[in-house]
Amino acid sequence: MTEKKMPLWEVFIRSRNGLAHQHCGSIHAPDAEMALIAARDVYTRRGEGLSIWVVPSAAIVASDPADKDMLFEPTASKVYRHPTFYEIPDEVGHM
Amino acid sequence: MYTQALNTLDPQAAAEDSVLEARFQARIDAEEKIEPNDWMPAAYRRTLVRQISQHAHSEIIGMQPEGNWITRAPSLRRKAALLAKVQDEGGHGMYLYAAAETLGVSREELVEQLLSGKAKYSSIFNYPTLNWADIGAIGWLVDGAAIMNQIPLCRCSYGPYARAMIRVCKEESFHQRQGYELMLTLCRGTPEQKAMAQDALNRWWWPSLMMFGPSDTESVHSGQTMVWKIKRFSNDELRQKFIDATVPQGHFLGLTFPDPDLAFNETTGHWEHGEIDWSEFARVVAGDGPCNRQRLAAKRKAEADGAWVREAALAHADKRRQRQAAAWRVAAE
Ligand SMILES: [Fe+2]
Ligand SMILES: [Fe+2]
Ligand SMILES: [Fe+2]
Repeated sequence: MTEKKMPLWEVFIRSRNGLAHQHCGSIHAPDAEMALIAARDVYTRRGEGLSIWVVPSAAIVASDPADKDMLFEPTASKVYRHPTFYEIPDEVGHM
Repeated sequence: MYTQALNTLDPQAAAEDSVLEARFQARIDAEEKIEPNDWMPAAYRRTLVRQISQHAHSEIIGMQPEGNWITRAPSLRRKAALLAKVQDEGGHGMYLYAAAETLGVSREELVEQLLSGKAKYSSIFNYPTLNWADIGAIGWLVDGAAIMNQIPLCRCSYGPYARAMIRVCKEESFHQRQGYELMLTLCRGTPEQKAMAQDALNRWWWPSLMMFGPSDTESVHSGQTMVWKIKRFSNDELRQKFIDATVPQGHFLGLTFPDPDLAFNETTGHWEHGEIDWSEFARVVAGDGPCNRQRLAAKRKAEADGAWVREAALAHADKRRQRQAAAWRVAAE
């Protein structure tokens, strides 16, 4: 194919009031405006969304899966960050 | 669905890094999802690219036989439903292409493989839609078979494919129900209408059974895709589930199936079917079905006719970007 490649966009949709935008897939479009139109057609045919974000896929920086242990494992031993680590007598009631 | 005939394994699979591969398989066995940046065997990646893209191609080519009837739908209600269904199939193709692209192939490459005839799509879409009842039969049988195949794919080990399949499955149910309702309306109509429904069932039944791919005794390669948890059930298991679910639905319509050997086995609780004509299946997969040439020609034409639009849109986006950059330069000076 001699055609120029169509840029890739990641699509995020807020499905309901009060919820955060969530990643739902990607689409190809020449610019941001058309990316929004395409995202609406592809990902919200049944009232799935109240708001759409499109982000150029190339702009996303991701952590390396190989660094998973280094990044996330240290919190596994930090049980004192959770409320259940602390003993409160029953007489005190719900806290 | 439309993942038939894809269970072919790459011969290069053997020479992978064994430590990484063992760790990979352990993750699969633990029902963990594999994500795009995770290490995976090259053969797993190739198998997925082939399966997901062939599935995407099937959704896209599958728009043609039904699209054929949009302008001739007998009522506004039926036309709206058919339009929505065909648009959904286009959407399914888009979800699936996007999932395949996370494995490192470009959309352009995938489309090129379809247009050149290198990539396959489901054999079912190479059959013609001759009358309005075919639209009912397709929704009921073809989407019904697709659902049978797609539900286990929602648990596929590759995350982006599994998530795409969850979206697809949510939408497929409407496809099957509108098709069955259409058949029911014809069957409760005039004798001529009922005869149309019967004729459509006669023509679509066997090709629908072929959608599940070769019999397990022939399909020697499905083993590895089961180990990788891409596939969860064998072709014959899925076909049997489909037959068991569909035959009573057909009888409710008051229709008969074009299979004199179709019989209920009281002991197993399953419907047993006659021999499938695998030579027909092989012919259609090889490109010699009733509509193979027509389907590809229509897709090539659509792609070629749209080329100037894509070019113009990209040029317009480029021009606007340059103007924007120039405006910022002026503002900065
Ligand atoms: Fe499908
Ligand atoms: Fe579909
Ligand atoms: Fe469908």
